[in-house]
Amino acid sequence: MSEHSYVETAEEARRNPEYVRALQELLFQAADDDYILAYRGAEWLGLAPHIEEDVAFSSMSQDMMGHAAMLYEMLEELGAGKADDLAHMRSPDAFRNAIIIERPNGTGDYADQPHYDWAYAIARYSLYGVFKQIRLEALAYSTYVPLAQAAGKMQREHHYHVRYWHMWFKRLASSTDDARARLNAALEQVWSDIGELFLLGRASASIVGFGLIAGEDDISQRWMNATRNMFASNGIDWPGDWGVPVQKGREGQHTDDLAQAVSTLSEVYRLDPAASW
Amino acid sequence: MVHDTPVLQEELIWQLLQEVKDPEIPVISMIEMGMIHKATAENGVVAVEVLPTFVGCPALDIMKNSINEKLRPVAGVREVQVSFVLQPAWTSDRISDEGREKLRSFGIVPPPRGCQPGDPWEVRCPYCDSPYTRLDNLFGPAACRSILYCKQCKNPFEALKSI
Ligand SMILES: [Zn+2]
Repeated sequence: MSEHSYVETAEEARRNPEYVRALQELLFQAADDDYILAYRGAEWLGLAPHIEEDVAFSSMSQDMMGHAAMLYEMLEELGAGKADDLAHMRSPDAFRNAIIIERPNGTGDYADQPHYDWAYAIARYSLYGVFKQIRLEALAYSTYVPLAQAAGKMQREHHYHVRYWHMWFKRLASSTDDARARLNAALEQVWSDIGELFLLGRASASIVGFGLIAGEDDISQRWMNATRNMFASNGIDWPGDWGVPVQKGREGQHTDDLAQAVSTLSEVYRLDPAASW
Repeated sequence: MVHDTPVLQEELIWQLLQEVKDPEIPVISMIEMGMIHKATAENGVVAVEVLPTFVGCPALDIMKNSINEKLRPVAGVREVQVSFVLQPAWTSDRISDEGREKLRSFGIVPPPRGCQPGDPWEVRCPYCDSPYTRLDNLFGPAACRSILYCKQCKNPFEALKSI
């Protein structure tokens, strides 16, 4: 595992088409996870339980959009297309986010009867937060040097997101019976999807082979250790084996919820992709 | 004015960059914020490397334009290239002493030097210097700021996140 050679620039990477293919797959996974979840976070605007939560989710969504944008720019340098087009013009089957990322915030629609579930938000973001932390730590050792550097930068911002989500996790876990019951129900829902988060998709073998990131088992093991600690310190029972969704998001299979999210996100951009903002 | 020697021109460029302010905190310059990593001039091409505070900071494009507007008119400058680099990463340690003073006067408390993300630090009110303050929101009106409240003088204020 230690005999990898480092790749310093996009130009250097592009001399090896197989390396680029693996790297692009991984970048789409990380970028799309943050991009779509940032959108879900932005949908809390005006609906969060308190104005401070409104501000927090908007601010975190802005950071996460920023992380996604930076990764799309990296993809642009690697020849995947224009960064803005990658965000707005791809069809859903080109997205590599895990299914748990695209799940709606609750029933109803943002503009019409939004019955959003705050406990689900806290459960999903908390557990994604642990995962992203571990992914960033692993990416800091990536053979693709620009990605390793970006991971270091993202970690410093992500720290604040995790701190916020875990504060709320604790708050719900130690609050009334009702809050605790809702948190447990939300965790059960998250648990049935969470296993897919650790998957690296069809290019898994070459992604790991090129030393772009640690393998699926390694990442999921680290996630499990961190999450077990978090559950134990909040008196939450370990739910046992996790599930994976029917669709394989990391391979481009998605639910209608993603198609809808992308169409809302990109509505304005698609009106006139040549417009200058 | 003649700017034949490249050394002279670089000096002038740093002087002009000192006038480019942070669009979200107009009292402080990008240099004082520690955001300018490098500025070089060669054969009329000026290259400025900027360290973003937060990756998704929406003010980055404005800063790029401001740098361009400031440097483009300099005699002998044919082209201005502004690039954002992540190595070294910007940290709140990079803010200069003058910058720290200016931030305070603007009602934004900078974290002490050496503070890492998550390190607890005593935030004194920028208005009355009281240590009796509380954190109201880790997140504020801009990516880089948190919202606090002074229990002594009852003013809300902000602090830069330590990153
Ligand atoms: Zn005060």
